[in-house]
Amino acid sequence: MAEIKLDNLIKAYGKVEVLHHIEGDIHDGEFIVIVGPSGCGKSTLLRMVAGLETITSGTISIGGKVVNKLEPADRDIAMVFQNYALYPHMTVYENMAYGLKIRKIPKDEIKRRVEEAADILEIREYLDRRPRQLSGGQRQRVAMGRAIVREPSVFLFDEPLSNLDAKLRVQMRLEIRKLQKRLGVTSIYVTHDQVEAMTLGDRLMVLNGGYVEQFGTPIELYQKPASLFVAGFIGSPSMNFMDADISNGVATLANGAKLKLSSKFNGPATLGIRPEHLVADDKGAIKVTVDMLEQLGANTLVHGILDGTQTSFVVSLDGIQVAETGSNQTFYAEKDSFHLFDKETGKRIVE
Amino acid sequence: MIENRPILTVFTHIIMILGVALIALPIWITFVAASHDEIRMLQAPIPMLPGSHFVENFKQALFGAGLSGDQTPVWRMLLNSLAMALMISFGKISISLISAFAIVYFKFPFRMGFFWMIFITLMLPVEVRILPTFEVVANLGMLNSYWGLSIPLIASATATFMFRQVFLTIPDEMLESARIDGAGPMRFFWDILLPLSRTNIAALFVILFIFGWNQYLWPLLITTDTDMTTIVMSIKQMLESAEQSPQWNIIMMTALLAMLPPILVVVGMQKLFVQGLTETDK
Repeated sequence: MAEIKLDNLIKAYGKVEVLHHIEGDIHDGEFIVIVGPSGCGKSTLLRMVAGLETITSGTISIGGKVVNKLEPADRDIAMVFQNYALYPHMTVYENMAYGLKIRKIPKDEIKRRVEEAADILEIREYLDRRPRQLSGGQRQRVAMGRAIVREPSVFLFDEPLSNLDAKLRVQMRLEIRKLQKRLGVTSIYVTHDQVEAMTLGDRLMVLNGGYVEQFGTPIELYQKPASLFVAGFIGSPSMNFMDADISNGVATLANGAKLKLSSKFNGPATLGIRPEHLVADDKGAIKVTVDMLEQLGANTLVHGILDGTQTSFVVSLDGIQVAETGSNQTFYAEKDSFHLFDKETGKRIVE
Repeated sequence: MIENRPILTVFTHIIMILGVALIALPIWITFVAASHDEIRMLQAPIPMLPGSHFVENFKQALFGAGLSGDQTPVWRMLLNSLAMALMISFGKISISLISAFAIVYFKFPFRMGFFWMIFITLMLPVEVRILPTFEVVANLGMLNSYWGLSIPLIASATATFMFRQVFLTIPDEMLESARIDGAGPMRFFWDILLPLSRTNIAALFVILFIFGWNQYLWPLLITTDTDMTTIVMSIKQMLESAEQSPQWNIIMMTALLAMLPPILVVVGMQKLFVQGLTETDK
């Protein structure tokens, strides 16, 4: 059990800085998800915590102890890799026991721990098999088992579910979540999948281009995205953005439509509205030319273009809806459901 | 390509049988010659069917004085060859494994420089550097010894290069995973790298054993003591050293015996050998 502190972390390859001044306090037992598009540095950050990448400057401490100079094995962590990295020539049992064997833990203790982990993960019957005789999901469990038997104070997950098919991914996601709650071990989980991030994390760290865009609970990120990037990244389908001029609580869109806002802000801004916060309404101010419909059963996604502009627009309507391609539809949204972002910096406008 | 023309089938089979015959005929003649007595082998035409002296010749070659005259018995030469071939193969494999390990997994100054230096030695086989090498071996007092027979042939750029390629196919996560498990470099080498390159080691062993077994020039140079002769060079000497006409039956028996160990190695390790050359899944 341990808390992790990231203090002013910088990672540079030669002169190229890939992570900039990362700060973060992770509490004991918390499940943190680092999420961002590919190339944002999220895996690098995780590998720095693991000790597989050197730290250019700043400090990482685990359980109050600075670990910058420690070998991965001495940091009291366990890591689950994307491709599992199981040793192909060892059986499942040997794979799980290998780290303990090196630590010179007595044989019967190793046996107890491995069998306990195998029971938790329901892989007891595969203990004598080799990784290549297992399916992807089973390998995934073995990789988790290898982490559990170490009884570390921190779990690190590097996109562990991306090699699984969609259905298994959802199932494993829940299991990882349950397992982490049950063991109460501080965890850092890296993914590019925002749904995975939203469902797993106690808190999410959104990385973009090596900067932390926002660090907060999934609900905070959804309700109060700190920047255009977070707003567009969290939530599916992603938020609609429109240019608007705001004065006295009324936003005027490029096509002249006027929307009521609850904000006191005055001036030009980027206006954001989530597709699921729009409802079809004949008197609504948002006019959309329908381009295409996506029927998902539970809801219908209406893709279109904001009337009189080039801005593409998505609306998510409940249930099964019909609309002609090329027809005009009008939508309405509550004045509290709009988000305002600074036009220059993309930051959220807070009053 | 799937074709079903009987003439073509017959034709390809004839070609194949001819090819097999071409390779098998000399071996057959060796076998036949090894089974006749000395006198019969000097008469023309040479026999094409096996005779009745096989066991007798076998005993004389293996345990007796070999040829009439004071030759080393063949078992001794087989032993010499075996020792040389094994020392060369094990030596080459261990040295190349270690140097490939260093080149792939460690960062040290001039790493690529060393790699290229090793690679360039491909251009310097024993035959090219034979004089200086002989000088060194002679000065070290290794003439007429197993060390002298094997050590100069041990350094191997080919094997180093091969193991380098094998190690490069092993995913980085394997190393990282081992590091998190707390395995140091040598532990990683023994527990992970060696087992993972098992089939490649076997394949290389087959090739190197035959390479070592067939050495001719180098043993000829550095062994003067007849107790140290290897079997491959002895066959040639048998032809020359006989005062009377060559004893073909014994020579052919020796040749047969010389063929045997490489065949055993190839047959015994065939499965691993093929895996090692074709397996890509790590």
